Amino acid sequence: MAKILMKGNEAIAAAAIKGGCKFFFGYPITPQNELPEYMARELHKTGGCFVQAESEVAAINMVYGAAGAGARVMTSSSSPGIALKQEGISYIAGAELPCVIVNISRGGPGLGGIQPAQADYFQNTRGGGNGDYRLLVYAPATLQEAVDLTMEAFDAADYYRNPVVISGDGMIGQMMEPIEFKEPKKRDLSPKDWATDGTKGEREPNIINSLALDPAELEKHNIRLQEKYDLMEKNEVRYEAYNMENAEVVIVAYGTTSRVVKNAIAALKEEGINVGLIRPITLWPYPMKAFDQIPHTTKALLCVEMSMGQMIDDVKIANKGRLPVHFYGRSGGMVPAPDEIVGKVKEILGGER
Amino acid sequence: MTAVFERTNGLKDLPTHYCPGCTHGIIHRLVGEVLEELNLLGKAIGVAPVGCSVLAYDYFNCDMHEAAHGRAPAVATGIKRVHKDAAVFTYQGDGDLASIGAAEIVHAAHRGEKITTIFVNNAIYGMTGGQMAPTTLIGQKATTAPFGRDKNHSGMPLRVSEMLATITGAVFVERVSVDTPANIRKAKKAIKKAFEVQMAGQGFGIVEVLSTCPTNWGLSPIEALGWLRENMIPYYPLGNFRTPQEVK
Ligand SMILES: Cc1ncc(C[n+]2csc(CCOP(=O)(O)OP(=O)(O)O)c2C)c(N)n1
Ligand code: SF4
Repeated sequence: MAKILMKGNEAIAAAAIKGGCKFFFGYPITPQNELPEYMARELHKTGGCFVQAESEVAAINMVYGAAGAGARVMTSSSSPGIALKQEGISYIAGAELPCVIVNISRGGPGLGGIQPAQADYFQNTRGGGNGDYRLLVYAPATLQEAVDLTMEAFDAADYYRNPVVISGDGMIGQMMEPIEFKEPKKRDLSPKDWATDGTKGEREPNIINSLALDPAELEKHNIRLQEKYDLMEKNEVRYEAYNMENAEVVIVAYGTTSRVVKNAIAALKEEGINVGLIRPITLWPYPMKAFDQIPHTTKALLCVEMSMGQMIDDVKIANKGRLPVHFYGRSGGMVPAPDEIVGKVKEILGGER
Repeated sequence: MTAVFERTNGLKDLPTHYCPGCTHGIIHRLVGEVLEELNLLGKAIGVAPVGCSVLAYDYFNCDMHEAAHGRAPAVATGIKRVHKDAAVFTYQGDGDLASIGAAEIVHAAHRGEKITTIFVNNAIYGMTGGQMAPTTLIGQKATTAPFGRDKNHSGMPLRVSEMLATITGAVFVERVSVDTPANIRKAKKAIKKAFEVQMAGQGFGIVEVLSTCPTNWGLSPIEALGWLRENMIPYYPLGNFRTPQEVK
């Protein structure tokens, strides 16, 4: 298929429909509005349905109902909207239902701004909803990757009966790039015989539920959920290791920021400085094992984010105390320039050059 | 021998956890009978609330989905949009529907969502131990209104049926009570109509059922029925607020 030029939000929406998404429930918030708008235009053509909910709280609970009813369903929002969805996300994870949630994040805290930021790392990877639950979180760096991951996300969600998050920022949502819709990786999926689609008098009633008043039963449920999350950690980790050979510094960055870092790496190369990049594609499960492959030439790690340093905790855990960990971040919707990263790398290597 | 009274197949053969004399059980039974009589059990998908009826998903003999506090109408919306022919209903208390879930019920009605809501108004938060609800009457004592509800402090009790009857999408709105056998029969009729309206694709239907909470009202079951009659019905008048012509 030929490549077509699309805006990020629309490309993700189109990919979702190609991935089998039939239902979409959302509420407007910048910078993700083109996504629900695209769904409003297109979803009915597939026999599916778009509903503009009265709030993010309602939207995620509509997703909860539709997912329980056995449909492929999606919602999207941006930071403060995702904050409101956390209640429903916890219930959906607790009831083990599949859905896809897109967070085209912006600067915070609070109402914050509308420019791209990565300050929702904790929100996406640690939750904000109550209880022990985990989400599979994809962080695309290009629109092609956003499209590929969105198409795969529905199968992944069905496979694990778990919400999958597409974590993009305002830049991913708003920019245009050529993309191609390829056949996504398919998984072997079991029939949704647990869904609330009416017994038709042919089976015992199905119950979708996240309540377990007996503590022993709830603990058992949590242990079983954890086993599922362990399986995700074993099988779903994705990352890119870039320019790692003889790297003096290894930068860790994801999404939009990783693209700026790649430009900085090219500029540093011209000055004879070798810098590598570990780019997590799954923010959870985090690519801990990527850090075991850091070359002996590496003197330090540098975590670069559009936040005040939320991923640095994971970098430190993955690094296991082996190398000094530095941080460079911009916040509030400021995107770091390659020069700034070049400067930071030189500062780290300062004493030695 | 001819059976004159049998258990309904609309409910599973299980004991409920409700307090002695609580009318939640009667209301369950009415919904179960209606679903059975309209032959909807195979098509029914119920949404249980948070509140004393949180375990309703265990009692109804059809597919059930448990929702977060107040969100049942949104969950039901998601279900109904997927299964257009299903008989989707929510069963909600007054704290659930009129307080935390006020936006969800107003907008489900506003969209004309083709679902049926059974709204159990007992003028108090039962499950959490007798706190004030939006429906608690003036002067009525609750653990968070220890001196009785004061209008100047907490506002007047919310009349949900009257409020929803102003919304175009709410095509069937009726308030009933389960304090006497005659009222129970009327309640069943209203519940049946609300489901018929849904299945005819006419829009959103709600039946507000005045119910007792002997435990948190601190009354015997018999006294509680009397208290409902003397205090609730005068402020929450029984009757139909909206019915589409075709199903009258
Ligand atoms: C988000 C959230 N807030 C509060 C609660 C606690 N809670 C459980 S039941 C309930 C009140 C329910 O009252 P009502 O809907 O009137 O039903 P009843 O118990 O009287 O039948 C509350 C506040 C909760 N479970 N979730
Ligand atoms: S607390 Fe009140 S509403 Fe709840 S079961 Fe007991 S009597 Fe019924």
